[in-house]
Amino acid sequence: MARIICYIVHKAGVPDDSAFELVAAARKIDPAATPTAILTGGGAEVDVACNAVGASYPEIWKITNDALAYPNAELIRKALVKALPSNSIVLVAHEHFGIDLAPGLSIKLKSAFVSDVVDIAGIEGSALNVVRQEFGGQVSAHVRCDISSGAVLTIRPGAFKPLGAVPIRVAVVDKSNDIGTLTAGRRYLETLVAEAGDVDITKHNVLVSIGRGIQEKDNVAIAEELAEALGAAVSCSRPVVDAKWMEKSRQVGSSGKTVKPKVYLACGISGAFQHLAGIKGSPFLIAINKNPKAPIFQVADIGIIDDILEFLPEMTNKARELRHVA
Amino acid sequence: MEILVCARRVPDTSENEIELNAAGNDIERDELVYSINEPDNYAVEEALQIVTRVGGNVTVATVGDDDEILRREMAMGASHGVLITDDAFNGSDGRGIATILKAFVQKGNYDLILTGVQAEDGGAQVGGMLAALLDYPFASLVNSIEVLEGKKLKVSREIEGGNKEMNEIDLPCVLSIQTGINEPRYVGMRGIRQVASIPIPTFAASDLGLDAGAVGEAAAKVKRVDYFVPALGQGAEILHGTREENIDKVLELVAAKGGLK
Repeated sequence: MARIICYIVHKAGVPDDSAFELVAAARKIDPAATPTAILTGGGAEVDVACNAVGASYPEIWKITNDALAYPNAELIRKALVKALPSNSIVLVAHEHFGIDLAPGLSIKLKSAFVSDVVDIAGIEGSALNVVRQEFGGQVSAHVRCDISSGAVLTIRPGAFKPLGAVPIRVAVVDKSNDIGTLTAGRRYLETLVAEAGDVDITKHNVLVSIGRGIQEKDNVAIAEELAEALGAAVSCSRPVVDAKWMEKSRQVGSSGKTVKPKVYLACGISGAFQHLAGIKGSPFLIAINKNPKAPIFQVADIGIIDDILEFLPEMTNKARELRHVA
Repeated sequence: MEILVCARRVPDTSENEIELNAAGNDIERDELVYSINEPDNYAVEEALQIVTRVGGNVTVATVGDDDEILRREMAMGASHGVLITDDAFNGSDGRGIATILKAFVQKGNYDLILTGVQAEDGGAQVGGMLAALLDYPFASLVNSIEVLEGKKLKVSREIEGGNKEMNEIDLPCVLSIQTGINEPRYVGMRGIRQVASIPIPTFAASDLGLDAGAVGEAAAKVKRVDYFVPALGQGAEILHGTREENIDKVLELVAAKGGLK
């Protein structure tokens, strides 16, 4: 069985949650594996991060280089190509860095590539069978991947339950001398922090959240009226922001805000995992959608199959009546 | 600037509910409505806006057997559409498609290559693979592009929390375009009719000097075996009352869960 290597994303020495999920995915590929964590960075922060994953990985490698102080995927790819043994199975979290790094890495390692893996079905000879989701999670697919010359897999964050500590704490192997000089055609300049919006959706107990089902910009008012009647705020999913119907600051999801309300009303939202990734703290989730097959119904507490453009205005009227009586 | 946009024709999930077929091993493909992959359409719009600012041409290429999306993107304003088609391409995995596109890119002289960030049934892979095969720099999840002096671009990438990672990138390069980068222009039937008679060149494996063994099913390391719908966990409790009853129940639950003041 090939060596399984997990690339650990970290920020200022703090490993991403995915660090502890990748090791779980590695053990599901091969329960007998001794997964190797590999970390890169500019200096001392790498050692801090190595220490933080030290109880979860039986082997840890690090690469430090001034050029790697910011995680530039092209530079890290070049370093990994030099440092990784041939035919390795490389696991990377499926987030913005992994999407940047992994496809090109698979080309340079001459290995197979599967992205956004949500489950491991098992090994069959030289084939690894994995599970992906397609069409926004409406269907899943079994994918067979020939690992005879290695593989690069990106692993969906949250799909694997993190594994706890292993008994032995190991020494960190320094691979920094293996990589030579690094140059790239892309240079990091700066990070622009998202502007705060008019409403802070992270501070509300109740969110009326709208998706593609709101259909047009003028209909956003329907959600705003309900939110007002409920003392809630309006948030939304990505398509609403892409269409410029609401500000980016209202978007819930991995590329938007992370919210922790008590009640989340998902209105006309299909329930793509990138959206669900932004809903934390297990709120009571009520889904209203006219498509009974929408993936949101798999994760909601209560589901109503109805047209939000008719349901929400009637709900607003009822909520106003109740307030009036109270 | 000469810009190539690599686009794909996919089942349109806003027009279709994707369901399993009767055999339970594939999606039901009868009566599916296809359209251009949504992020690819944003990529074409972005290319058109760039050539409006700095001059140049936009070519849209697709690997497949249908030129319908090419006509649509030409109606948007793309100068050329190219259909890359050959039975030998069937069953290609992401690397196979990237290999085909690399051969096409090397036939031309492109400064910038754009793809959509991901297809509905794809893996956010072809752009990054193509860049690596060409040894071009690459940036994914791009949500703004500014053309700089000296064969460079300034691009932002969408990272966590709505933040933007700003990068400078040398041309030629490959960028994968995120939705929301612009507002793609509307294309009506009339616009499509106006480009209906423009010939669309086709390229086969032999035109691109591609060895049939390097692409297609035989070369694919990755194969989709089947589609399935996983057995659900608990799932939602579906309310089957009248609308009025459902509204009452929801309001009651919102209050009970600590929602209402």
